[in-house]
Amino acid sequence: MTSDSAVTVDSIAISPAAISPRAAISAPVEVGEPETVDVVVPDRPWKVIVWNDPINLMSYVTLVLRKLFGYSQEKAHKLMLDVHLKGKAVVSSGNREKAELDVFRLHEHGLWATMEQDE
Amino acid sequence: MMFRRPIRRTRSGTYQLNLGPGERGLLAALAPQLRDLLSDPDQPGLRRLFPPAYGDEGDAEYEEEYRRFMHDDLVARHEAALDVLAETANANELDAEQMETWMRALNQLRLVLGTRLDVTEDDDFTNTEDPDRQVYYLLGYLQECVVEALSS
Repeated sequence: MTSDSAVTVDSIAISPAAISPRAAISAPVEVGEPETVDVVVPDRPWKVIVWNDPINLMSYVTLVLRKLFGYSQEKAHKLMLDVHLKGKAVVSSGNREKAELDVFRLHEHGLWATMEQDE
Repeated sequence: MMFRRPIRRTRSGTYQLNLGPGERGLLAALAPQLRDLLSDPDQPGLRRLFPPAYGDEGDAEYEEEYRRFMHDDLVARHEAALDVLAETANANELDAEQMETWMRALNQLRLVLGTRLDVTEDDDFTNTEDPDRQVYYLLGYLQECVVEALSS
């Protein structure tokens, strides 16, 4: 080995090819065992509740339930009576995303709606 | 004697408005007033328009997330409905979508006014002298007419 050699160990180590992203990606990576295991828990369904209030008209609540959920006049009327007489009624249920959308549409129509997860 | 039906569904599916100038003037005046109030949607008097999605005892993080994604949309939907009501208060005929929008806008007015008047289910508005309560009663009557027309 001579001192005037054009290629040294140092120059190879810092060559652009050696530090390019491609090189980094293609380099073998040691994969260890995951420390935690994700357990898929089925999402307990959410129920959407309409609460009684002294302002919304009974006929209006019935019509809104028919319109938003496609319920028959009989079913919507029964739910409205539950709201009126028992103070609340579960009007729909589903995953969190669907329940939030239903709550939004009920709020858009001025109904007092909340959502909670099934026990 | 035949009673004049203020709102009537036509055979072609539109809605005829036979409202008096007093009723129309009231709607044309109230809609922009509430529209202005909505520029500050967090004021206590408007709370009834924006109930918490997860209730008072719900998950605060979920509530915050819901609010972040939905609140502005809800304000915009309320505003748009009031705009339609103001713009069509003097119309003679509405299409079905406009009629449903009237229903939502009228309901907003009732919710805000009813909250301010602290109404209860047992209140009798038929003989009230209070002008605000008379307005609330009239809005309820109109709302009933809209619902009846849309249900027919």
